Amino acid sequence: MADVIEVDRLRRRYAGGFEAVREITFGVRTGELFALLGTNGAGKTSTLEVIEGLAPASGGQVRVLGRDPYRDRASVRPRVGIMLQEGGLPGDLTAAETAAMWAGTLTSARPVGDALEMVGLSERADVAVKQLSGGERRRLDIALAVLGRPEVLFLDEPTTGLDPESRRQTWEMIRGLLDAGTTVLLTTHYLDEAEALADRLAIMHRGRIARTGTVEEVVASQPATIDFGIGDGWRRDQLPELAGTVLVDDGQRITVQTEALQRTLTQLLRWADDNDVTLHGLAARPASLEQVFLAVADDTSDVGDADDTSMDLTPGPSMARRILTGATTKGTNR
Amino acid sequence: MSRVDSEARARAGSGAPGRTPTPARIFGSVRRVTSLSRAELRLLLRNRTALFVGAALPLLTVVFLRGVDAHEDSGFDAAQLTVVSMIGLALLYVVYYNLVSTYVARREELVLKRLRAGELSDPEILLGVAVPAVALAVAQIILVTLGAFVLLDLSVPVNPLLIVVAVIGGIAVFVLLAAASTAMTRNVEMAQMSTLPLFAVCVIFSGLFIPLDSLPDTLGDVASYLPLTPVVELCNLGWSGTIGPDAPVDFAATFGEAAAPTVILVAWIVIGAWLTRRGFRWEPRR
Repeated sequence: MADVIEVDRLRRRYAGGFEAVREITFGVRTGELFALLGTNGAGKTSTLEVIEGLAPASGGQVRVLGRDPYRDRASVRPRVGIMLQEGGLPGDLTAAETAAMWAGTLTSARPVGDALEMVGLSERADVAVKQLSGGERRRLDIALAVLGRPEVLFLDEPTTGLDPESRRQTWEMIRGLLDAGTTVLLTTHYLDEAEALADRLAIMHRGRIARTGTVEEVVASQPATIDFGIGDGWRRDQLPELAGTVLVDDGQRITVQTEALQRTLTQLLRWADDNDVTLHGLAARPASLEQVFLAVADDTSDVGDADDTSMDLTPGPSMARRILTGATTKGTNR
Repeated sequence: MSRVDSEARARAGSGAPGRTPTPARIFGSVRRVTSLSRAELRLLLRNRTALFVGAALPLLTVVFLRGVDAHEDSGFDAAQLTVVSMIGLALLYVVYYNLVSTYVARREELVLKRLRAGELSDPEILLGVAVPAVALAVAQIILVTLGAFVLLDLSVPVNPLLIVVAVIGGIAVFVLLAAASTAMTRNVEMAQMSTLPLFAVCVIFSGLFIPLDSLPDTLGDVASYLPLTPVVELCNLGWSGTIGPDAPVDFAATFGEAAAPTVILVAWIVIGAWLTRRGFRWEPRR
């Protein structure tokens, strides 16, 4: 069966010549949640805007429910719901008035009360939008996006600025929509959000897709880590040859990175067993999504596939903070 | 999955692409515009400044100018002059200035951007935002006209159709020119500046208060091409059967006289639509 969203060699160039999206291809299947991850400026929103039909593609092709979302806007829109990263609502209307106005523009709207209930805003229905908190406004925006019972839902950083409880609530609502058969394409820079919700994901970097697949597949693209300590009686050079790269070695604790976790671990354990060595604090783990993300984000090469770049998995904490916190300043169209 | 599929097919069948205006499509369009207009009307009623500019200023201006007897001798009776200046001022204050402010406010608070992510088409958004201001202008014009009949002995128009055409055409021109003017208006405060040139030129040179034939020849000719001038001329023609000092003509002959101003009015609609299509921005410049 054809994908609900088909993106084929999509390019998006802005008037100034900046190429925000450089030939990306992916598909979203019916009923799944596909997450677009990436650092700020990676091209997530630029991509999403084309798929939503808000902007034309500079190259390539996009199909949503089998149609061109930009040219066939009138026939695609009644079947999709869109939440923008930055959308505004008039401050002087109440939450309920805003939702009622939106509902009046839709082909097939849920009752306004239901939509507000879904996002936990029933109690705040009669409060003016300008008096709502940032998180509440965000949730009202989500309510508008789901008001038309969309088959396909686009969410651009839906939980940015939400408190942890509202985030969980939003996740539950999204899961409910997925259970009911809705297809969801969302962008986020919260990796736990992608891990919790996404059936499949793509990590974008500099306008390209650097990794894509299920969380498991994406994580498998990154080497696993083995971490252990050897006792005083042993020296580093007495260790066996291990398949992988030794990352940290202070003589006591050693961290090895390997593409073949089982083989490397077997080598290590056999050596320890043969020599009667106790490995202190032995830990073996696959890469985390965060490691993959940081590896992609840290790739400073401008061209080429991120796959063939060398890995540096020791980013400083400041860099991690820079990438993982959500400063949402964005370049805009035109 | 199958549920979504069949639903998708069912809806795809009903919403075939194309732009042919079927009754269902027109109904949908009216429904969307109405919903947006109702919300915009609420916003207008909650915005005291806009309401004052819209509801009180044109009336006060007309009363003030009548008080100081600003109308130069034009041969028209005072009641007709009052109503025609009211039509002109309603178009300038309530439709033009007010809508520039409103469009810019909605753009800057990202409301237009959000609306474009829904089912409304671009023209529906512009129209929906404009409806309350247009309704307010029409209400004022009707009120003042009725008032002039009762209080000022306004004569019965020779050709009321021309007055209706003038008002409808004038509304279209100034809604479109308002949308076009947003391109040079960075924020709501700037609206006072950006609307001033057209506003001032129209107040002075469109025959609202100073008859065009009292202007020097060339200036008078140029003035007849301003966007408000054909509205004023069609109104005067409709009311008394003459645009200027010429002898009044009868009902049938007014149509011939109306040709030139009507062409200018239509030309301004085309220009306004073209400028809007070309320059209207849906989100703030950064």
